Amino acid sequence: MTPATTEVPQRRGTPQDSAGTPVISVRELWKVFGPKADQVPGSEELRGLTRRELMDRTGCTAAVRDVSFDVAPGEVFVVMGLSGSGKSTLARCLTRLIEPTAGEILFEGENIRDADAGRLRELRRSKFSMVFQHFGLLPHRRVVDNVAFGLEIRGMGRAERTKRALEVVELVGLSGYESSYPDQLSGGMQQRVGLARALAGDPDVLLFDEPFSALDPLIRRDMQNEVIRLHHEVGKTMVFITHDLSEALKLGDRILIMRDGRTVQCGTGDELVGAPADDYVRDFVRDVPRGDVLTLRWIMRPAEPDDPLDGPELGPDVVVKEATRAVLAAEKPVKVVEDGKLLGIVGDEEILAVVAGQEGDA
Amino acid sequence: MMTVAMEKPEKTGTVEPAPARRVRTVNRAVVVAAILVLWLVLFAVLRGKQTLSLAAADLTDLHRWFNDVNDSIGADRNSNPLFLYFFNEIRLVIDTLVTFVQELISQPSTDRPVPQIGWLGVVGIVGYVSWAVGNWRVALLAVAGFTFLGLQGLWQESMDTLALTLSAVFVALLFALPLGVWAGLSERFHRIVTPFLDFMQTMPTFVYLAPLTLFFLIGPASATIATAIYAAPPAIRITAHAIRSVPRTTVEAADSMGATRRQTLLKVLLPMSKRTVVMGVNQTIMAALAMVTIAALIDAPGLGKTVVQALQSLDVGTAFNAGLAIVVMAIVLDRVTTAASARAETARGSDSPFLKWRRQLLAAGAVVTVVLAYLSHTYVWAAEFPGDGGIGSSIAKTTADVTTWAQDNLSGLTNAFRDALTNGLLNPFQTVLTDSPWWLVGAALVALGTVLGGWRAGVTTAVCVGLLVGTGVWSDGMTTLASTAVATVLVMLLGVVLGVWMGRSALVDRLLRPTLDAAQVMPPFVYLVPFLALFGATRFTAIVAAVVYAAPVAIKIIADGVRAVPETTVEAATSTGCNTWQIITKVQLPMSRGALTLATNQGLIYVLSMVVVGGLVGAGALGYDVVAGFSQGQLYGKGLAAGLAIVLLGVMFDRITQAAARRAGA
Repeated sequence: MTPATTEVPQRRGTPQDSAGTPVISVRELWKVFGPKADQVPGSEELRGLTRRELMDRTGCTAAVRDVSFDVAPGEVFVVMGLSGSGKSTLARCLTRLIEPTAGEILFEGENIRDADAGRLRELRRSKFSMVFQHFGLLPHRRVVDNVAFGLEIRGMGRAERTKRALEVVELVGLSGYESSYPDQLSGGMQQRVGLARALAGDPDVLLFDEPFSALDPLIRRDMQNEVIRLHHEVGKTMVFITHDLSEALKLGDRILIMRDGRTVQCGTGDELVGAPADDYVRDFVRDVPRGDVLTLRWIMRPAEPDDPLDGPELGPDVVVKEATRAVLAAEKPVKVVEDGKLLGIVGDEEILAVVAGQEGDA
Repeated sequence: MMTVAMEKPEKTGTVEPAPARRVRTVNRAVVVAAILVLWLVLFAVLRGKQTLSLAAADLTDLHRWFNDVNDSIGADRNSNPLFLYFFNEIRLVIDTLVTFVQELISQPSTDRPVPQIGWLGVVGIVGYVSWAVGNWRVALLAVAGFTFLGLQGLWQESMDTLALTLSAVFVALLFALPLGVWAGLSERFHRIVTPFLDFMQTMPTFVYLAPLTLFFLIGPASATIATAIYAAPPAIRITAHAIRSVPRTTVEAADSMGATRRQTLLKVLLPMSKRTVVMGVNQTIMAALAMVTIAALIDAPGLGKTVVQALQSLDVGTAFNAGLAIVVMAIVLDRVTTAASARAETARGSDSPFLKWRRQLLAAGAVVTVVLAYLSHTYVWAAEFPGDGGIGSSIAKTTADVTTWAQDNLSGLTNAFRDALTNGLLNPFQTVLTDSPWWLVGAALVALGTVLGGWRAGVTTAVCVGLLVGTGVWSDGMTTLASTAVATVLVMLLGVVLGVWMGRSALVDRLLRPTLDAAQVMPPFVYLVPFLALFGATRFTAIVAAVVYAAPVAIKIIADGVRAVPETTVEAATSTGCNTWQIITKVQLPMSRGALTLATNQGLIYVLSMVVVGGLVGAGALGYDVVAGFSQGQLYGKGLAAGLAIVLLGVMFDRITQAAARRAGA
């Protein structure tokens, strides 16, 4: 393993401990393509069918089926799935680039599905921004004009929007390229332009639709770090679509795994790895280096009466990998303590089981 | 690295491919051969019966009815409200437009003996515009080309052609661009409009003329309208294509930022399709020029008229001089518009020092141009092209001399070639088509259509055959069909040989392609002239001209088809030890079957349009009927029917080959 794997996300707080109402709240969302699509979500019988059966029965494809989730303010929420799992459709439904078939999408308490065309444009102009897999830049405009495009759409004056665009261009590290045209830039730089364009309007929520899938691995890692940095700096709520589990684990506070349009599991990275909901998820997370993701909470065992309790203390959210040296160095088992309360203990065996990759999933 | 990308293909939902249906045991080629053999046997028995032949001056009831319609329209042209308030109004508007442009650059107006802008002004404007939209190289070319037109002694004719072309292009774009944008935005409208465009583009230039004269009389207005109608489809199609090929993500990105439909159109779709739309304008201009020259048949002024008159009196020298002028104009217009579309690409992002000064230079150029225009408006020396067109006369004379020499010295060779092909291929073929009973030919055509293109194509063929009989020019139709078929066979031979060569060798491709591109730009008309010199006024001239006219398109399609065969497949064949011949016949040609059928389709359409134009130089048959219809009142109806027959032949060819191409592609 290379050092790259040590870039473990710092947990920025799970929704349980973040107070306040969610920014986005999705309830029983459906998107069905095909003839008489709107009848499918309402029919108890059709709802239960698998995708294939539904296709054979009605000729409809259910891209998103009965999906519900909340996104807390400032959270990075990742939707992950294979191609065809409905994740991109889900992302487009959030701002109605694709019209949902049924369900509710609440943004700060307002049902987006009830918004008329004008209100919807309003929301898109000021509240949401999207970053696309294939960038979607305008080849006939310079970088700065691409970044200013959203502001121009809103009717902002030239001087003002150029000023703002230049600030954002600098923020994403593209200073010096303001006057280049998109086709003169590399893929990674083009996506920085896409990112800058999304940030220029100072939206509340950033939507990323597989933004780095078209980039090569090294650039991808740079861009992931860039997103983490920007998240620290500007603290936007982000909804991030990806098919790459490592990307999901690296960026996401919480991850929603989709399969065939349905939610399979929704939770933090260590929850997915520590307690996969079914074999599908288990299969996915099988190759994840567990020590990088699991925290002591997942591997500690209850203290037995004969355990020595005078070893060093660590918090329950310390990642196994970082605790390894400390645990192995200690003579006695490490106590896992939260708010002064003893939750359990971790000894050499538990650590080694994880690091050697033999725990649980054999 | 910990990249657990989940990129394994989704297992669920993929459909097992159904096992291939059992292949038909009878080979299609065998069926075709059987049909042909049966036809020949029946031909031997039934020869000369029920051939529906019609002498040149004979008319059928349909033709007489067309004449009556024409007469009655002529009689109520000024009383029928439809004409009074619709067709006549249109004619008036177009006439005003054309007259305005003509008085500007080509014709004297009532109070002036010379046009408003003389040669110096026109050359200046042409040079300036070419430079502004293109680059200085095409500007030089344009100035040189237009000066050459004057030196040829054809200034006024050239300006008439230019005036008509520009007016027609203006009218065409006025409708084509909005329609194209609409078709680009609306899937529904696109679906509605596509079959019409397909149909319009299969029609030979020729057949637009007759019906239009019915409504708009003979003259520049009809010519302009016919030209605009003929030239609009490529612009509509390309504009729609340009709008539709803007990447979906980009449009989605604009949507996601809350752009209105208008903003999306103005700020995203139109700027991003600009370059392609300019290419569409190029196509429209070239189509318009081709049509304007042919519209000489309905009395459109300009170079085309000079060519037609010279062709009819077999004056090869004059025809060649005027034909050359058309070629020069075509090259200038094509190069300038191509440079304009390339400009959109190169201008941005280049750091040329000229770019900084461009604005000032443009302004200075504008001033110079205005001065030139003023001079040419005021002084006779700048208004009328100086000299007596001596270069033109010497070109004509030299051509005439060369022609005479060729006829004296090469006639043995050319005649032998002509007679060999005529007697060996054309005559037998034509005899079989014209001397068989009509129902036998019809049945054979329907059977062939069904076998090659499926039952749908068969039904279309049956309908076309039925209507063809109804037009009353069946026999002439069969003669045209024979010429077309022979020419198409030759085109495909050329196409396969050169196309495969080009497809296999990048060098040959680089050498040949510019010539082919240039050849495609020429109006069909011009091709007749040199072959008239070599082969005299016969069917054969038309066929050779048709082959030369249609070959470039077929060659290019086949070359692209061969090139599109995956490298790895050829590599695999080579590694199994195929020699070149085997690779061509067993891999490259079978795999470009789709391109071959498409080339046949295009070849047929091009050949047909040229073969009928050949009616001007003694090819007879349908083309002659149409031409005669324009010049002799009592043959008008027959000409119209012949035009209809040409349309039917075109539709029949197109449907069968399109269907066959779809099959080959599937």
